[in-house]
Amino acid sequence: MSAPLTDLIAIRDLSREQVDGILSDAREMLPIARRERASVPTLRGRIVCNLFLEDSTRTRLSFDLAAKRLSADVVNFTASGTSVNKGESLLDTAQTLMALGVDLVVLRTSSAGAPVQLAREVEIPVLNAGDGWHQHPTQALLDALTMLQHRDTLEGARVTIVGDVLHSRVARSEVELMRLLGAHVTLVAPPTLLPPDVSSWGVTVTSDIDAVLPDTDVLYVLRVQRERMHRAFFPSIREYAQVWGIDAARMRRLPADALLMHPGPVNRGVELTSGAMEDPRSVITEQVTNGIAVRMACLYRLLSAAPRTEVTS
Amino acid sequence: MLHVADGGRSWHGRPMRRLLDADDLARMIRRLAHEVLEGNGGSDGLVLLGVRTRGAPIARRLAAAIASIEGVDVPVGELDVTLYRDDLALRDPMPIGATDVPVDVEGRTVVLVDDVLYTGRTVRAALDATSALGRPDRIRLVCLVDRGHRELPIRADHVGKNIPTSADEQVIVRLTETDGVDEVVIGGER
Amino acid sequence: MSELLIAGGRILDASTGTDTVADVLVRDGLIVAIGPDVASGASGADVLDARDCWVTPGLIDLHTHLREPGGEGAEDIATGSAAAAAGGYTAVAPMANTDPVADTAVVIELIMRRGREVGLVDLLPVASITRGLGGAELSPMGELARSEARVDFFSDDGVPLGDSLVMRRALQYASAFDVVICNHSEDPALTADAQMNEGATSSVLGLPGWPREAEEVMLARDLILAHGAGARLHVPHLTTAGGVELVRHAKRAGVRVTAEVTPHHLTLEDVEVAAYDAVMKVNPPLRTRRDIDALRAALADGTIDAVATDHAPHGREAKRQPWEHAPCGMLGLETAFALVHTELVLGGVLDAMTAVARFTTGPAGVRNTRGHGGPITVGAPANLHVFDPSQRWTVDRARLHSRADNTPFHGRELVGRTRHTILHGRPTLRDGEIASEVTHG
Repeated sequence: MSAPLTDLIAIRDLSREQVDGILSDAREMLPIARRERASVPTLRGRIVCNLFLEDSTRTRLSFDLAAKRLSADVVNFTASGTSVNKGESLLDTAQTLMALGVDLVVLRTSSAGAPVQLAREVEIPVLNAGDGWHQHPTQALLDALTMLQHRDTLEGARVTIVGDVLHSRVARSEVELMRLLGAHVTLVAPPTLLPPDVSSWGVTVTSDIDAVLPDTDVLYVLRVQRERMHRAFFPSIREYAQVWGIDAARMRRLPADALLMHPGPVNRGVELTSGAMEDPRSVITEQVTNGIAVRMACLYRLLSAAPRTEVTS
Repeated sequence: MLHVADGGRSWHGRPMRRLLDADDLARMIRRLAHEVLEGNGGSDGLVLLGVRTRGAPIARRLAAAIASIEGVDVPVGELDVTLYRDDLALRDPMPIGATDVPVDVEGRTVVLVDDVLYTGRTVRAALDATSALGRPDRIRLVCLVDRGHRELPIRADHVGKNIPTSADEQVIVRLTETDGVDEVVIGGER
Repeated sequence: MSELLIAGGRILDASTGTDTVADVLVRDGLIVAIGPDVASGASGADVLDARDCWVTPGLIDLHTHLREPGGEGAEDIATGSAAAAAGGYTAVAPMANTDPVADTAVVIELIMRRGREVGLVDLLPVASITRGLGGAELSPMGELARSEARVDFFSDDGVPLGDSLVMRRALQYASAFDVVICNHSEDPALTADAQMNEGATSSVLGLPGWPREAEEVMLARDLILAHGAGARLHVPHLTTAGGVELVRHAKRAGVRVTAEVTPHHLTLEDVEVAAYDAVMKVNPPLRTRRDIDALRAALADGTIDAVATDHAPHGREAKRQPWEHAPCGMLGLETAFALVHTELVLGGVLDAMTAVARFTTGPAGVRNTRGHGGPITVGAPANLHVFDPSQRWTVDRARLHSRADNTPFHGRELVGRTRHTILHGRPTLRDGEIASEVTHG
């Protein structure tokens, strides 16, 4: 097995071997995640804390189910809008969790880098469930698992990511993971929604969605928040949908064996139309189930990286 | 499962002693096949589940032996018990192997197959893993070697060979499929 | 009558170009003799060994936050003065963003009096440009300029003066008293939510960027307005290559502008942010190698007049917050000169005399520094700095004189360290130890 995981914070911290290991474990977790097989006792007696300082019911539920399918005890600490969310006492909260005997913290926060800071302060593993615009590593891993259920390898795959890359932790994790797995990434976005110096990411950047669709194996559509138009990132939702959104007509430009993905929740009629979502090439619901399996694999890997002891047979 | 890459020496450099060779193993598996058939009153409802890693090829060999005796192909599967172990915190992280069971175990007789029976903890995990697949009528246990030192109230229904050991010795089963050679060796201090 | 002999040092005085080994004899706060044979006539004098050391005018910091009144949890005038003395400074200019804001003679007098009581460093008064740093109404500049403190430097430091009309009026009004206006060069609309330099690093780290354009747009505006008003403008903490070009161009065009750069902007790149350790969070943010090179060249050629620390103490708890919530600022007083010596002098960017100039005559050209900055001549006030250029030491945040410990240089080995600091003829730092008996007469 590859080097043990001590924390999972950013894709760039992972080796190819570690990613392959997580994805391989996740495949074995799938029957349990899908409830085709009973939950397993692997993490019985372990306490996983979901420390969610930013609202995300979907992600929290996914981590909750993942921990429970592995028989861990789960404590949920949701503190949206409290003093913890303002960052005044994240580290104090973490110290309290340690004192309470928590074995692993799943942290969701609007503060980029807070999981890095937390991991420096506590001895237990920290699993980043999304930090600001920075990273959302389990999302990228579940996306890779989904892609690999439909194709043998991502080596040479052409992945097109369209939408608000600037504000997207998913995009950052996705680009890093796709490049690690050998895919070619093209970003399509209004220039106002591209990160500065994005060329240094080793990706192709274009503003012409229609031109890249025929040469796309995976079309990954990012969520666009309506509030962005008020800060002059683009003129209107209507224009965004017309110029950058994916509808049935654009889906026709996509190759027959391509995949359509989205991290959810979808703003129907903005970045994706209902017609596009219903296309048979859409694997958006598979992503959700795969999320539980990937998170199970990550919890397993993080909590089994324990000190060496005599092995019994 | 501990095994050493070097064919002839333990990891502390003590010489390893070969207890059984390929012919011994082949005879043992034929005998175990007979015993399993006898215990079950034939091959009806049997499913063999090898406990990974080395239980899996042994289960396949047992199935082949049964086929040559009875002329019937009994279903063979593999069981990975990593997720059911109780020593997760005590060992290095282990990748999860594939669990591949070709039939529904409901109403069948599951024969668990492992190479070395020692503390009984792997078998305990395998019992849980089997139960997670469904509710078999009964579960039997076959092992190639029983070396004693049980930590749980578990015993095998069919044993290839009982080998008394001290706790600081190693017993290693090597198989052509996984190790390139068929033999059982004992030796060394751990 | 007290005599002090600074024996055997290499005098480096940028105001006269003096570079010679000589003793300096001090009596009653003034330099009374300089020469190779001064020691023989001063047998009863207190002797400070300066062999193999530089003897320079006491250093001047144009940009300091001492946090008193209002922020004494992180620093006060006593701890900040000790930090200054430890770094070789004899004069520092505490910024006006205290609580209450230094926008009245009463507050400024309080600060100045407290400084005299502590007696470890002279304070150069700074008042805010606008009342309460509010950006709307002007502070009473005329009254402050004519007060006992004789305020000649006005800055809303920490809060950019965004309203162009108010800035223009401030410059116009200030020109009547020939005082200096100093505005934080940052267009606030372009830095909404900004957390670090905008660029490749901020993109990877997912932190909102502070674009160089925000500095350059504001700086260009201020240079144009200062030119029109004929007023004196000082540019604090310049950070971008483009900003350097703007200042260079303005100086050629006759704008009455001076500029400073901080030690951290001369030495740290934005990639330092990658560990999200908020000790690296500062405003304006750490930039890139290209900017550092431009700043160094500008410091060498005089486009940038002075090194100023922007010494900004913050408590440990504040800096341990998640990056976006942590306050901006770094300590600087105790490491500035040693760092510039290590990186720029030994790095071949500045010669020793130019380095000394940027900490002494440079600041003295920006504002009235009241007897600090040289020259080292008979009859001049004995404000001196004795620096051992060969002493190696490792910055240890636990051993700083500051109450705070937010130095970005913790663990870095520096070459050269202040050995003695002399303020008005008395050692405030002696062999690296703060002189505890100092009280101002």
